[in-house]
Amino acid sequence: MNSSLHLWLIPLLPFAGFLVNGILGRRLPKWMVTTVALLAPLAAFGVVLQTTFRSFTPMELRSWNDPGPIPALLSLPRIETFGNWINAGALHIDFSFVLDQLSLVMLLVVTGVGFLIHVYSVGYMSDDEGYARYFSYLNLFLFFMTVLVLAGNALVMFVGWEGVGLASYLLIGFYFQKKSAADAGKKAFIVNRIGDFGFLIALFLLIANFGTLTFTEIASKLAYPGWQGGVVTVIALCLLLGAAGKSAQLPLYIWLPDAMEGPTPVSALIHAATMVTAGIYMVARLHPLFDRSPFALSVVGLVGAATALFAATIGLVQNDIKRVLAYSTISQLGYMFMACGVAAYSAGIFHLVTHALFKALLFLAAGSVIHGLGGEQDLRKMGGLWRKLPITFAVTTVGVLAIAGFFPFAGFFSKDAILYAAFTQGPGGKLLWAVGLFTALLTSFYMFRLWYLAFLGKPRGEQQHVHESPWSMLAPLVILALLSISGGWIGIERFSAFLAPSVGARVPVPSSLFPVPFTHFHLSLEELLSIVAVLVALEGWAIADKYYRRKPASPAQLAAALPGGYKLLAGKYFVDEFYGAVVVKPLIGFSKYILGWVVDVGILGGAVWLLGAVATFAGAILQRWQSGNLRSYAAWLAAGAAALLLFVLAPWNAVWPLAINFIWKVAGH
Amino acid sequence: MNLFAQEVPLSWYLLLSAALFSLGVVGFLIKRNLITIFMSIELMLNGVNLSFVTFAHQWHQVKGQIFVFFVMMVAAAEAAVGLAIIIAIFRVRATLAVDRIDRMKL
Repeated sequence: MNSSLHLWLIPLLPFAGFLVNGILGRRLPKWMVTTVALLAPLAAFGVVLQTTFRSFTPMELRSWNDPGPIPALLSLPRIETFGNWINAGALHIDFSFVLDQLSLVMLLVVTGVGFLIHVYSVGYMSDDEGYARYFSYLNLFLFFMTVLVLAGNALVMFVGWEGVGLASYLLIGFYFQKKSAADAGKKAFIVNRIGDFGFLIALFLLIANFGTLTFTEIASKLAYPGWQGGVVTVIALCLLLGAAGKSAQLPLYIWLPDAMEGPTPVSALIHAATMVTAGIYMVARLHPLFDRSPFALSVVGLVGAATALFAATIGLVQNDIKRVLAYSTISQLGYMFMACGVAAYSAGIFHLVTHALFKALLFLAAGSVIHGLGGEQDLRKMGGLWRKLPITFAVTTVGVLAIAGFFPFAGFFSKDAILYAAFTQGPGGKLLWAVGLFTALLTSFYMFRLWYLAFLGKPRGEQQHVHESPWSMLAPLVILALLSISGGWIGIERFSAFLAPSVGARVPVPSSLFPVPFTHFHLSLEELLSIVAVLVALEGWAIADKYYRRKPASPAQLAAALPGGYKLLAGKYFVDEFYGAVVVKPLIGFSKYILGWVVDVGILGGAVWLLGAVATFAGAILQRWQSGNLRSYAAWLAAGAAALLLFVLAPWNAVWPLAINFIWKVAGH
Repeated sequence: MNLFAQEVPLSWYLLLSAALFSLGVVGFLIKRNLITIFMSIELMLNGVNLSFVTFAHQWHQVKGQIFVFFVMMVAAAEAAVGLAIIIAIFRVRATLAVDRIDRMKL
């Protein structure tokens, strides 16, 4: 099969949906808007599925049991070029898409989860005035996200990268009449600019050093052993800055909690499942660069571990249900970076996939709770909801168990893969493993805290009109819950064997994680680590149980006993305030006084004023010429004619030396 | 020897032409009456006409003569329009002294 795969259909279908709903949506009846909005991602998902089955037959998909490379029907990576984009001297950039195992996995997640969230949104946004606008933005996001994922070179990826940032901005600021939402949108956009600056510098350095932006060519050039450290490290660190902006890592994570101002399905799709994982995808896509720079890799790992721990501690004390999930997302993204930091890219991508499933589930369940409570997001005013929202309660339980890492749920497999990969990476890796394990404890604690506060105990707020969500919202929840249970069963070894052609086989693959054989008493290392991880998760549950079920008063006592610590956490380490004082305030001051007053008013305004003054002055003198006196005009005319005649007829060759001589003498020589 | 049988030299014609033109220029510059200025313009035109005819005769070319006809024709048209304007100005301003006609608006 050598015919084209028509990869262009995948982004273009959502784009068509965006155009239809964006231009005509306000005039179309609502059912038509819904149809268009749902058909676009569904069709894209269909194309992705069809592509999958044209690349791998189902039989081969089933024969993954032996961890060898999975044979593909087509030769992957497969590049489809849609024309030449930029030609500048030696630089040629094509508009090309690439299909390989990595982009296939991402496409399945983006379009699959994306479609489910579209379905959910139909119920969630049904009463909203901006119904068509919402869906056109959502489709626009899918367009750019699929461009990002399919990109065959870094520049096309950058187009998608900026595009998802735009869609994110539009959707965070969806309720733009609310100042906090508009501000949050701006914050996300501006913080991402800082990251994009790093990405752009990396692109320029790539062009300067490799002369190409095509992923496959970069990889093949990096195969020469001469490339090591140095400029490669600089490029990798710049890329990391970009990834940290998009994937909300330290120190650029600050926009993600505020991004919760957007509608909840948006938080699920963009700010949990797909867009924020673009950074991890980018690192995995450009992994040859990182592989060549151990220093950059360690930085990636440290940033990831620090972010995971940092965000998890903040998540402990948040009271807004969506903010808890937001900090949890940052923390989980930190896990993925940690995996990339130990070159276990496929473990990172594995966690990306399972996280997309259970975090989308958790966000959508939170949306269902908020929907049922009529907009209430404060955990302190919930409680006892399990009776009124039984299905939401059930799926949230699945999500909590999955993210905490309990055995048959998805999070267990991916988190363990990361922890195992870290543990086997020498002493530095052990440190990452320890941080990751402690973060897992915190994760388990704050997720069960959310669970207890929202669903168990006694109602603490007004719950008169609480109602379970419609089926259009519950159906995606149930599907995602089933996937959150089963998504990990594929196992890291088969997953990394599948991804190996794309991200390399440097992953330390556990010999047998699934099914866990208990035929012998001797525990292998990975089994031991798994058991430790589950015990830690249980411990987190136990602590949450103690504080939020058995002694509901004790959290307040603990907070009172440690006022400093509690304030620090509740204030989110005052990072926003710190940035405000160190970056924003000086910047505003500089803009206002130096740029505003000195440059704008002083230099620019002064220059304009000076030009105007010169013109006015010259005009004041020259206006005397225009006396209106006919005879004076005539005199000037005659004088001009005389001057012209003199110029043409006078023997200048003779005159000039005389004139210069005369001036010379007059000047006193 | 018939004095008149002899050709008048070219330079005489040209000197006359230059004199007429210069008289026109000076009149244009120093006179205040609009009609006199107008007449000075005619004088300049005719000074030029004379040199055209002179050269046409000298070089046995008819082009110069034809050009003179054009100039006369344009001068006639110009005279018609110009006099009409002068009359209009006189009706409004009640004067023809150019020094006092220095505004476009009324």
